[in-house]
Amino acid sequence: MELLLDGFLKALRLMLGGDAEVWQITLLSLQVSGTATLLSLVVGIPFGTFLALIQFPGRRLCISLVNTGMGLPPVVVGLLLSILLWRSGPLGFLQLIYTPAAMMMAQVVIAFPIVAGLTMAAFQTLNPQLAMQLLGIGASRWQLLWLLGKEAQLPLLAAVMAGFGGVISEVGSVMMVGGNIKGQTRVLTTATVLETQKGNFAIAIALGLILLTLSFMVNLVLTSLQQRQQIRWPSLS
Amino acid sequence: MGLRALLCRTILVLLTCVFLLPPLVAAQTNQNLILATTTSTQDSGLLDVLVPVFEQKTGYRVKTVAVGTGQALTMGKRGDADVLLTHAPAAEKPLVDEGWLLDRVSFMYNDFVVVGPQADPAQVRSAQSAAAALKRLAESKVPFISRGDQSGTHKQEQSLWKASGLVPQGDWYIESGQGMGATLRIASEKSAYTLTDRSTYLHLQKTLTSTILFAGDPVLRNVYSVMRVNPAKHSGVNSEGGKAFHAWLLGDEARELIRQYGAKEFGQPLFFLETRP
Repeated sequence: MELLLDGFLKALRLMLGGDAEVWQITLLSLQVSGTATLLSLVVGIPFGTFLALIQFPGRRLCISLVNTGMGLPPVVVGLLLSILLWRSGPLGFLQLIYTPAAMMMAQVVIAFPIVAGLTMAAFQTLNPQLAMQLLGIGASRWQLLWLLGKEAQLPLLAAVMAGFGGVISEVGSVMMVGGNIKGQTRVLTTATVLETQKGNFAIAIALGLILLTLSFMVNLVLTSLQQRQQIRWPSLS
Repeated sequence: MGLRALLCRTILVLLTCVFLLPPLVAAQTNQNLILATTTSTQDSGLLDVLVPVFEQKTGYRVKTVAVGTGQALTMGKRGDADVLLTHAPAAEKPLVDEGWLLDRVSFMYNDFVVVGPQADPAQVRSAQSAAAALKRLAESKVPFISRGDQSGTHKQEQSLWKASGLVPQGDWYIESGQGMGATLRIASEKSAYTLTDRSTYLHLQKTLTSTILFAGDPVLRNVYSVMRVNPAKHSGVNSEGGKAFHAWLLGDEARELIRQYGAKEFGQPLFFLETRP
């Protein structure tokens, strides 16, 4: 218990005291995971929409792959991407190994199936009659997609939060492709592992708490967005 | 049909952009120097002192990747690093002989110590040599925590068992598979023995119940060497950077920093310099 209290106090001290290194690590975590989430939305939402709305040969297989992808072990993604990006690998000439860019790439791979799968599920909850009605009153293809998206905004925002949550908390892939280099690729999760390994448990707990706080704040914003409308369910008590 | 084509095209364009973005964003420079080292070296904090000084002096951007000794040496063999800083002479020498690594210089050392519970049930304290200490541990069957991860410390431990003619096995011999800090904590919690480098122990001493019970046998010397990855074996190795770091590490400025490191905090330097060849 003492350790937890120690960690909690240390977290406050680090956050409020403006420890430069901790701020830099926190900022990098946000940059890497934030960018990765955005990029995964850019590819994942269209792909999920495609899976939901379009019939094509091999659709079921594709959907199964995406759903399996939601459970991809980050460390495996990190290992495979490392093998590609190492100097001894086919993409070594890009010099991406041990850079934040590589970390973003790994996290896009992790978040993409989550976003795509949940987007697909979001659109599949919609009534196909709605699409037909919209087309009937003259909606263009882009307008159709936009309006369907608005209808499905609750589960779509859930997809965003799930994608972000999946990557801000992972350590396996960023450790491998990033190398946890001080001042360059160290993020909150990898720093926590380092401090744990060194036996500095109070600092490790502090970093963990900072990570949770960060994640909470981002999700607070997204949840406010998601829960704008007051939907009145009958009382179930 | 229109919707399908639209979505298909959009996805293809976006995929292309997303995966072209990082390479454009990444800094294309040969000022990157990859230094592969071990977790215990990094945990000692020495590199946090040395590397910034080198970076400022030469403008190189050093990527210090701390992995297990096994992985560090493999990285050297594959050309995924430019310079190595490890402490496993037995594993380093074959790679030098085979031409994968160049200019191996043993430049500093510290020692391994056996730590354990104050009460010392295995009576390691009064052992006359490391081999004798290990024999007592094996016979007493008091728990002993091994790194079990092919690290420099683990290899040293294995060579000590071999030298004493013993094969450690049984419920008392526990392999943690983790770094030195975590292993020390396990030993402390279980009132067990373990082999550790002195530096990591000193860093954590205040939070552990274990004390140093055996030290001083010459076989417990932990020798650190720096070596360059042979650029002739792999393209992409930063040969100039490797030479620069190698030379700087063996020079006066680095030696002074190493000599003083830890003296203030622990009352004793954590590393000792080998005399210059």
